[in-house]
Amino acid sequence: MLRYLLEKEFKQLVRNRFMPRVIVVMPLAVLLIVPLIANFDVKNLNLSVVDGDRSPLSRRLVAKVSNSGYFIVTDTSGTYRQALDSVEEERADIILEIPPGFERNLVKEGAASLLIAANTVNGTKGGLGSAYMSSIVSDFNIEVIAEMSPQSGASIGGISIDSTYRYNPHLEYPVFMIPALMVMMLTMLCGFLPALNIVMEKQRGTIEQMNVTPVRRSTFILSKLIPYWVTGFVVLSVCFVVAWLVHDLVPRGSYLTIYGFSALFVLAISGLGLVISNYASSVQQAMFMMFFFVLSLIFLSGLYTPIASMPGWAQVLSIFSPLKYLIVVMRQVFLIGAGAEELSTPLVALGGFALFFNGWAIVSYKKSS
Amino acid sequence: MNQLYAFVLKEFRHIARDRWTTIILLCLPVVMLVLFGFAISTEVKNTPLAVVDQSKDELSRQLVERLASNQYFRLVKNLDSVEEAEELFKSGKASLVLVVGPGFRKELIAYGTAPVQLLADASDPNTARTVVSYATAVISSFQQQALGGGSVPYRITPVVKLLYNPTMKGAYNFVPGTLGLILMLICAMMTSVSIAREKELGTMEVLLVSPVRPLTMIIAKVIPYFVLSVVDFVLICLISVFVLDVPISGSLFWLVIVSLTYICLALALGILISSMVSSQLVALLISGMAMIVPVMFLSGMMFPIDTMPVVFQWLSKILPASWYISAVRKLMIMGLGFEAIRSDLAVLAGMTLLLALVAMKKHKARLDG
Repeated sequence: MLRYLLEKEFKQLVRNRFMPRVIVVMPLAVLLIVPLIANFDVKNLNLSVVDGDRSPLSRRLVAKVSNSGYFIVTDTSGTYRQALDSVEEERADIILEIPPGFERNLVKEGAASLLIAANTVNGTKGGLGSAYMSSIVSDFNIEVIAEMSPQSGASIGGISIDSTYRYNPHLEYPVFMIPALMVMMLTMLCGFLPALNIVMEKQRGTIEQMNVTPVRRSTFILSKLIPYWVTGFVVLSVCFVVAWLVHDLVPRGSYLTIYGFSALFVLAISGLGLVISNYASSVQQAMFMMFFFVLSLIFLSGLYTPIASMPGWAQVLSIFSPLKYLIVVMRQVFLIGAGAEELSTPLVALGGFALFFNGWAIVSYKKSS
Repeated sequence: MNQLYAFVLKEFRHIARDRWTTIILLCLPVVMLVLFGFAISTEVKNTPLAVVDQSKDELSRQLVERLASNQYFRLVKNLDSVEEAEELFKSGKASLVLVVGPGFRKELIAYGTAPVQLLADASDPNTARTVVSYATAVISSFQQQALGGGSVPYRITPVVKLLYNPTMKGAYNFVPGTLGLILMLICAMMTSVSIAREKELGTMEVLLVSPVRPLTMIIAKVIPYFVLSVVDFVLICLISVFVLDVPISGSLFWLVIVSLTYICLALALGILISSMVSSQLVALLISGMAMIVPVMFLSGMMFPIDTMPVVFQWLSKILPASWYISAVRKLMIMGLGFEAIRSDLAVLAGMTLLLALVAMKKHKARLDG
């Protein structure tokens, strides 16, 4: 029985003009384009300089800042108020104000201050921007000290910090984004499509014909599930190819581990799609419900922002998201080279989800309404 | 007038009968706001920290203690060797490892300088950078205190001011984006699907042979979604102000004007889409793919526009949502007034007019012909 149903499902999938193309093209497009757009990198910030001192020292500092590569001087104003205007008009993201008497104060009295004001509507931009600026100022400070009083150089050396960035030494954003995008693709394609499937049969009326046959519920659901499971492999493979060709990203760990865990995940998320499909009565409803869940899950699962910085209740909620476990697997295997032994929690969790959702889909499918 | 009233009532009933969709339309903004407002944070807290202390002398212990008691870090393990750190990274149990070499205290006292190493898991580059900069700051201040600072001649002190969003709340950045997305979703998607449904079900023909003017019918379709979007707009504003503590610092009046313009724009867009398609599914897909996805990625809602490649920056300018979100940000977060949003408002008004004209023309042609 299952064999014939599967044959039907695959034939329908392949004959549909849209579907096979979407399955291949969407991951391709997303993995190509999104890393270009979704860049939280903070650089090339527009800087407005208010140099009230115009001394050799202040000019040196301004030169140092503008040569740092992080800032582009787009505005030089006479007063702070003018600089603020340029921020309001979005011509500048950050302001450096050097007060008059800066050099004199530093040389004569040994202390001077300056003002860094950053537009923090985008918290990351403002925070990192002001941090970069502060660290350039402190580098400048060390230079100045070394020049003015060479003998005290040693006592301010203090603790020297050597930072190494593991697994992503050049701090490239695509390295972070691509595993997340892969999970997103799997979720959307293997979650939305099954959700639409049963609902469309309901709307077309072909579900009635199925209901009057002796086909068991479990067989029926299984026949719907398996084609999307196969789809998952296709999607993942396309993603791997694009990641390798375009972004030069190859998993540190083994492909097999990733495929294995993804297989479990696809079972779980297709199960969720099928559950929604059972409860929705129109395509629109199904789309909306799925959109709602997928959106919430994507943001709750640590794809783009770390789970560790979420409040307690959100972290608890994230335990119920299959995506959370897959993204952990993806990142750990792809970037850090972990193996299945270190990933036992996700294994159990994903397996549990797969059983739960598919069981629910089978039970909630009503042959007679 | 009676005709219009009767039709509007019919449309409202249609919407009310589709319980699930309406519930989701009202719940989606709430969920998105709560998620974006509370759960998603780019702020880094409770970073899991591991320490390899090869000195274990008085000074190194103090340093570790200082880091561990800082709210940004959470000491998870004291390791004996750097190789063990690799294990922790693989299982994702630590994001940062501090390595203190042997003879820390002795070196510091003898030479005035001693090295420490920070190993950061850079799979998320921004988190890694932030974490390293926090750790560096803590270590520097420890150094100041422990070695008796003040012996530093020529100190430049930067005063850092974080404008508009001093607590660096992620919500400030996301609330305008949520408004832009939800309003576009309701108006463009729902309106177009509603009109397309009438065509698909054949009830459009029935309406056309009645003495009702086509214009009346379209306006009747638009009004309930207009009301629904206004309700959602008010809901989002209320939640932002009272639950998320995002203020409306600028002019409420202009916020309302800009939002009403945007709503009309999205409605016109919905009508335009519906005049071009003949099936619900296509209407759904077009408004979904062509509206929602670009709005999420290109409008500056989540990802800053200025770090995108130029091509996408141009695309972003075509999207009405980008202008709306920029205006809302200036009004709500930066507390500016009309002068700042003049160009945004002008562009939005112009787009609305253009879309409305084109939509009317296309509809006239289809409905008459």
